[in-house]
Amino acid sequence: MPITSYLVHPHEGKKTELTQVLLQLEQCEVIPAENKDILILVTDTDNKNQEALLKEKIEAISSLKLLAMVSGFNTPKNLS
Amino acid sequence: MYTSTQIDRRSFIKKMAILSAMTAAASMFPGIIFAKEQEAGIPAGANLDWKKAPCRFCGVGCGVLIGTENGKAIAVKGDPKSPVNKGLCCVKGYHSIMALYGKDRLTKPLVKKNGKYVETSMKEALDLIASKMQETIKDHGKDAVSIYGSGQWTIPDGYVASKLFKGCIGTNNVEANARLCMATAVTGFLTSFGIDEPMGCYEDIDYADTFFLWGNNMAEMHPVLFSRLLDQRLKRGVKIIDFATRTTRTSMAADKAILFNPQSDLAVGNAICYEIIHNGWMNKAFVEEHCNFSKGLTNMGYGLEDNYKFKDKPEKIDFEAYKEFLKDYTPEKVTQLTGVSVKDIKYMAAQFADPNKKVMSFWCMGANQHSRGTWMNNIIYNIHLLTGKISEPGNSPFSLTGQPSACGTVREVGTLTHKLPHGVVMNKKHREFAAKIWDIPVTNIDPKPTYHTVEMFRALDRGDIRFMWIQVTNPMVSMPKLKRYRDGAKKEGRFIVVSDVYPTPTTDIADVILPSAMWIEREGMYGNSERRTQYFEQMVNPPGEAMSDTWQLIEVAKRMGFEKQFYYKEETHIEEIYNEYRKHHVGKKHNMAPLEALKAESGVLWPYVDGKSTQWRFNAKYDPACTNGKDFHFYGKPDGKAIIWQRPYEPAAEEPDQEYPYWLGTGRVVEHWHTGSMTRRIPVLHKSMPQGYVELNPNDAKRLQIKTGDKVKLTTRRGEITLPASVDERGVPAPMQVFVPFFDESMLINDLTLDSFCPISKEPDYKKCAVKVEKA
Repeated sequence: MPITSYLVHPHEGKKTELTQVLLQLEQCEVIPAENKDILILVTDTDNKNQEALLKEKIEAISSLKLLAMVSGFNTPKNLS
Repeated sequence: MYTSTQIDRRSFIKKMAILSAMTAAASMFPGIIFAKEQEAGIPAGANLDWKKAPCRFCGVGCGVLIGTENGKAIAVKGDPKSPVNKGLCCVKGYHSIMALYGKDRLTKPLVKKNGKYVETSMKEALDLIASKMQETIKDHGKDAVSIYGSGQWTIPDGYVASKLFKGCIGTNNVEANARLCMATAVTGFLTSFGIDEPMGCYEDIDYADTFFLWGNNMAEMHPVLFSRLLDQRLKRGVKIIDFATRTTRTSMAADKAILFNPQSDLAVGNAICYEIIHNGWMNKAFVEEHCNFSKGLTNMGYGLEDNYKFKDKPEKIDFEAYKEFLKDYTPEKVTQLTGVSVKDIKYMAAQFADPNKKVMSFWCMGANQHSRGTWMNNIIYNIHLLTGKISEPGNSPFSLTGQPSACGTVREVGTLTHKLPHGVVMNKKHREFAAKIWDIPVTNIDPKPTYHTVEMFRALDRGDIRFMWIQVTNPMVSMPKLKRYRDGAKKEGRFIVVSDVYPTPTTDIADVILPSAMWIEREGMYGNSERRTQYFEQMVNPPGEAMSDTWQLIEVAKRMGFEKQFYYKEETHIEEIYNEYRKHHVGKKHNMAPLEALKAESGVLWPYVDGKSTQWRFNAKYDPACTNGKDFHFYGKPDGKAIIWQRPYEPAAEEPDQEYPYWLGTGRVVEHWHTGSMTRRIPVLHKSMPQGYVELNPNDAKRLQIKTGDKVKLTTRRGEITLPASVDERGVPAPMQVFVPFFDESMLINDLTLDSFCPISKEPDYKKCAVKVEKA
């Protein structure tokens, strides 16, 4: 049940377009970061395969410049 | 925090993930995104070839993925597979590849002729170096030549340097800049446990409940690890306690920040031990089963004079004697000296004592660059040993490093005057073992250590050393009491070779400058703070005639007649060297992973036994080297027991007085890596932190009528410097203290610092000397 957060870097002038595409994807939540050049993306999937497929989809978006993972480490043992 | 929330777990985790990203993006590390300059170079839809490497900069050893296209590194991102950083990078890591492409990269060898640098071929430069070394040895003896390397040396660089100088030339004049940052951690480990490097690993962060940061500004110096602490706080509500002499970003993010007077951490540490014993919080069974008590010499001096010698004389004591010693360190007795309230000392002791909490200690330069640093390291171990909170997941005293291979190359390869890859030069068996692998007569290895770093530069000044080869380090910015050593290096009759990637104040003193291949322009390995060895392949070509430090040394060795020992082929030399190096560490206590494992994984922890990393040493559950049949085995000591040391408080070498009434401490900033020779060439980092400054306490500034940006003159017994003031900005020193970062080569703060050092580790104390502060 991975939940992962990313810093998302759009191509110049493409932030709105990227936000809209990401919002259309199920399992994605987009949060505007205080830093105006980036977005925060949180993905919520049922398993690692789903997560990998979703990541592939996101990386294929043309307005996306870079995707940098921040957290969502798989540490369920700590969440008792 | 978690237990009190009413929302379901999944929503809670999601909220935490968002907060982690927001924290990373907006608050602690505002530069954690790609630089525009870097992104501009990435064509839309570029087909990048991503390859793994450890980051070039600090000792955390983050895994990064480097994107190359058409022979150029054009992008970098955190490696999600790396257990170190799990995809995250700090501001330096994200911009690391830009350090490869500064406009003034050294690309051609330069030789000084009639006071001017003249371009020459690499062949001629290497011929000249070999002949100068031979001439110096002939005229002045083998101990007149030396090499000064670095914790940025790759493992093969350091290995061939040691083999050439110690094994072939026969001098122990091998030192590295890790003497300036990590030597104390080594002597701390050796005195307490008989074997170097942390028993735990970064995974301890996922288990610990309380984190003690001993004089360690982790938020700026180890931001990725600090992010992992913050992440655990969001997930599990862990507690972070900052114990420091200055209020920093770490203090601001901590749950509790406690300030202490410089040098008095020794007394506070002992007071914590007193409280633990006095309140009956000691883990008696653990201590009786696994610990001995010892004391050493006191009033050791500070190494300020040339040819200073010190050898400790350990003496076994019993628990009662130790208990009696601690009576001088009750919280009430030390509160005035330390500036720490009785309540706070008792609070800290109680945190360690809580049987339901796992405790992790982190420290770095605060405890290590300390004129009684080995003692301070011992005292931190004492606290963990007395409570039995050691060598198991989450209970972990952990010394952090500042360079990518301070552990891998300096501590493990042993590029210090007294060390061999396995053991020390003073030990006959260790010399025989090394000589066999190096294929040299054992008599080649001198049984006497020569000079530690400060003394090596003093020897250069005196003329005892005539030739010095400096690789991957910038001592003409980083040495304390710098003027003496700069003047010494410039004296007649000295010959200095500097291998580096950019011009620096150190290349300014060189007779020959060799352009080096940097990081992913060559193949190599680094070893990080948690015993993780990481491999990187060559991904791009070095510029011009730049050559790896490893191959520079091999070429010179061959020219000096050591072809037999330096048999390596150019195309396979890294693999050959690593395989040879592994032979020094065979055995369950230090086995290094085979190269194939390093290539396949994002680093491997040694000891690597039966195909597995060892995460927690000395714990029979995790460490196959434990053989005493008990739950713990501190096998670095002959009787398998760790030592609790009786170590008193003693003052610093130079303390404020009427003439010089302030403390001066130096250190680093998040944007720049050490002396700034690489990061100051990365535009986004340089712009965000363009110059050095002096931080003042707001009350002191008000009294002196100094505002941010005003010029401030600092004067010590060594010299003076004028810098812009920083008041109540990023860091806030305590009253009557000032702090100056050392990254700016145009404002050399080390012209003012003192070259006092810990007599056991010989590591200088950059954190304490007396200074006068005036509005300029």
